[in-house]
Amino acid sequence: MRDSVIVHDNENEPVVFTQDELGWLPWLEPFAEAELTERHFAGLVDKARAKSDYFRLLVRDPEVLEARTKTDKDIFYNTADGLPRAERELAAAATSRYNGCIYCASVHSRFATTYSKRRDDVQRLLDEGVGADLGARWNAVVKASVALASTPIAFGEQHIEELRAVGLDDAEIVDVINSASFFNWANRLMLSLGEPTTLAAK
Amino acid sequence: MMSAEPKDIIDHLAGIEPGSSLDTIRARRLQARENAQKSYLTLFAPADFGDVAAYERYVVAAFVAGLHDEPALAIFYLAKLADRPELVGVLKTEIERGRTNGPYGAFPEGPLSVEDTAGLIYRVAADRKMVLGAKLAAALEHAHLLVFRPRDAAPAAMQALLDAGWSTNGIVTLSQLVAFLSFQVRSVAGLRTLGASLGRRTAAKAS
Repeated sequence: MRDSVIVHDNENEPVVFTQDELGWLPWLEPFAEAELTERHFAGLVDKARAKSDYFRLLVRDPEVLEARTKTDKDIFYNTADGLPRAERELAAAATSRYNGCIYCASVHSRFATTYSKRRDDVQRLLDEGVGADLGARWNAVVKASVALASTPIAFGEQHIEELRAVGLDDAEIVDVINSASFFNWANRLMLSLGEPTTLAAK
Repeated sequence: MMSAEPKDIIDHLAGIEPGSSLDTIRARRLQARENAQKSYLTLFAPADFGDVAAYERYVVAAFVAGLHDEPALAIFYLAKLADRPELVGVLKTEIERGRTNGPYGAFPEGPLSVEDTAGLIYRVAADRKMVLGAKLAAALEHAHLLVFRPRDAAPAAMQALLDAGWSTNGIVTLSQLVAFLSFQVRSVAGLRTLGASLGRRTAAKAS
């Protein structure tokens, strides 16, 4: 028995960044849904994720997936305090735009639009890239995210000062660091284990 | 012999002291903090190492940390390979050869092609590939791709890993390892920078 790569005849590969919902095609065989055990369901965290090729591929290492998913959820969904959700999503979208993850950028630009109601500004980030002028507060979040995504990491005290200058406190700055850092994790999985596809021809 | 593991690896590497202001802030995202730590533990001390041996995980980790030019993390992971000095020597040389500035790479052909940026396509030097073996050499080449030019990833990169002896399960773990480290180095760098800034502010107030 030998593992193999799945090659897709993906005629609908998106060639621009978009807020539309996209599909994702795995390059390696996801774990069979029928063979999922309790250990795998613990890794998936949400049972509904058993329907996703992406999560069923990652569930081949269930303990890592479980820890990754719980890290993700707290960074983005725990809005009892700290940075508004819209700006956490903005950091995720900007990181994805900069790293070049069209799939991740589609999901998190949609969330950024949902929570901020600033669809046009979000679209300018996608169309123009991370240099788009989105107003002082968003510019500072984007700039900090880009500096963190650069290798070597270019994030310095000037980014913290800029975030403070537009009104972020220390806890909110930690939310920016968490959100942007996490997407350097997510982008690399999405980009390297499969490819995006448009769901419906226009 | 292993030295005692710090309770929280990100706190340890970022220099966050118990009771400090950043410690308090991090406690407000307790699930994220605990699961970043669990991610580290399940990658480096899993109940079952599956298709990726412990030393292979540390080789990849030290390489990724080194490529980011984050000495604290590189030293931390290289120290885990103390019983394999031949690998440490090879890694130090390959880290120097692999260093560049990212992200770069190509987009799917179309309007985004104007943003395509060329850069180093890293390959392990032939003589050091002998020391590392085909499987680890392929892992380092893949790690370099993921660190610097993730948008260049393609099915061919999966094939290269399979050809070098990686299984599908092993590739998932390897991908998580490199991707997690990309998060960990940034968490550490970001929090360390913020901590330094808070420290200066406290010092300024005290004087």
